[in-house]
Amino acid sequence: MISWMDHLTIAPIVIPLLAGTLMILIGERRRGLNAALGLTSAIALLILAAMLLWMADSADNTAVRTYRLGNWPSLFAIVLVLDRLSALMLLLTSVLGVAALVFSLARWHRVGAHFHPLFQFQLMGLNGAFLTGDLFNLFVFFEVMLAASYGLALHGSGALRVRAGLHYIIINLTASLLFLIGVSVIYGIAGTLNMADLAERIPALAAEDRALVETGAAILGVALLIKTAMWPLGFWLPTTYAAASAPAAAILSILSKVGIYAVLRLWLLLFGDAAGASAGVGGFWLLIGGLLTIAFGSVALLATQNTARLAGATVLVSSGTLLAAIGAGQVAVTGGALFYLVSSVLAIASFFLLIELIERGRDLGADVLAVTREAFGEGDDEDLDEGEEVGVAIPATTAILGMSFMGCALVLSGLPPLSGFLAKFAILAPLFGQSVSSLSATTWALLAALVVSGMATIIAMTRAGIDAFWVSSDGTVPRVRLTEIGPVVGLLALGVALAVKPAPVLQYMQATAQSLHAPQDYVRGVLPGRELPPPTAGGAR
Amino acid sequence: MEAIVALAIGVLTGSGIWLLLRPRTFQVIMGLSLLSYAVNLFIFSTGGLRTGAAPIIERGAAGSLAQYADPTPQALVLTAIVISFATTALFLVVLLAARGLTGTDHVDGRERDR
Repeated sequence: MISWMDHLTIAPIVIPLLAGTLMILIGERRRGLNAALGLTSAIALLILAAMLLWMADSADNTAVRTYRLGNWPSLFAIVLVLDRLSALMLLLTSVLGVAALVFSLARWHRVGAHFHPLFQFQLMGLNGAFLTGDLFNLFVFFEVMLAASYGLALHGSGALRVRAGLHYIIINLTASLLFLIGVSVIYGIAGTLNMADLAERIPALAAEDRALVETGAAILGVALLIKTAMWPLGFWLPTTYAAASAPAAAILSILSKVGIYAVLRLWLLLFGDAAGASAGVGGFWLLIGGLLTIAFGSVALLATQNTARLAGATVLVSSGTLLAAIGAGQVAVTGGALFYLVSSVLAIASFFLLIELIERGRDLGADVLAVTREAFGEGDDEDLDEGEEVGVAIPATTAILGMSFMGCALVLSGLPPLSGFLAKFAILAPLFGQSVSSLSATTWALLAALVVSGMATIIAMTRAGIDAFWVSSDGTVPRVRLTEIGPVVGLLALGVALAVKPAPVLQYMQATAQSLHAPQDYVRGVLPGRELPPPTAGGAR
Repeated sequence: MEAIVALAIGVLTGSGIWLLLRPRTFQVIMGLSLLSYAVNLFIFSTGGLRTGAAPIIERGAAGSLAQYADPTPQALVLTAIVISFATTALFLVVLLAARGLTGTDHVDGRERDR
């Protein structure tokens, strides 16, 4: 009954696990072999994720594929579930994985120990978190992912990284404890950890138990929102991301979206329309939290004087936009949010990589000086030898870097030619489908937040771009290798592709959103036949 | 028994949070350890507290939660203990690195101006 095709579902976890283990056995010395192995694994994951996406999207079978480890019945087995959302996230992860790994091969993988195994375990944790079908394994894969990310965030060492990493680790360890409390409260009342089973049991809960389950879910939600960096919980993010090395920061940029994934999956599955009295619990707070995060991110964008922290602030804005859009709780808006997720993750990752290239060769603190000079109006006496510089051809490297920077700015701020605009439009258009008089205050707030945050992004990015490309006083052109600029341009090219041919992608996103908002297929796929034995008899088998 | 376990969890959590909010890295790691003990006890207690109950039902006996100990929380606790042990060890290494690099054991890497 199980063909080899079904085993593909677990391959995104097994491949990096084996590759990472093999690298540790090979040893740190033979870096070339490690790099080749890592690249093979990353490319295999990319191909695999594309295949899984195609399988998840093909119409001839149910949209949900289940993989039960050891072929135990679903209620006892550790289940992996592949549906459209997980396939999409797997593909996004593997694209980022290949890009960041290729980028790191130029220089970064040599600056510290065990970069390659950590990178593989990072991919394994991410893939596992996207595939798992029960809450406790979600916790386990979160821990795998976080443990690897601690290593990657500290990669390259140095006082700055260790200081930021210390805060990052403390906060995430505390969040993990909250995660455990939430999961065990839910287990204590509902008696199961399987997500599909939980979705079936929550509507049938007694009224006095309902409050406790909702409390447990709220605690779990806080843990997830800390990872997402929602406003009062996200002060750690810009510092950590700015301190991390460029390829690590690029892969970390999807780490904050794992929280978004989990919120999307769990909230819509457990507290969707089918959840009876619990339907839509907490949606209002997601919306408000998202709006506040956008506001905080916009202020951070304008206030920051350091390009790497600027990128961290764009992560905040994108997280906030996603949370607010999900909190709106409409199918079409969720579809738009998924499109925004893909577009913004690609742009942010390429921005993190790009920053490292731009900053190369600039002395430390140049940004601060530039802004200070701007503010105080000093140093604007023109260079005397200005006449000699007229007509100097812009070196090709600077031109490519500048174009990439502009591409990032356009996608992140949501200006028309590129995918960022389409994404924001896809979020807003369904909200304004009704007549204007029936619009609620929160809809207007979301519109205002998206527009204002876009403007803040333009202002901040323009300022950073002017400082980086036009005010370069010493005129040294950064040396850049093809393997470094390649991933940046590649990620941006995907953003362009999204803008050129958005129709199939948007269709996929809408289908994903539809199945998320109507999780019956998910439950039926995980628990076929659905003849749930009473919980007490379950343990007796 | 419930009261004692609940009190123990409460005291551990309270002490853990207090230590977590202190400025020295050693206090923070102690706080995290105490918190993880509290959470482990808490997970364990979600399966119900009873003494002398086996996690496997005897042959022929009717299955009921009143007679046997739920094995799932025990398995969860075991996993949680392993993971928290590993992450604490990892944190300890980072703590030492931070002490070495910054020359202070303050969590911010520098003493606050007095």
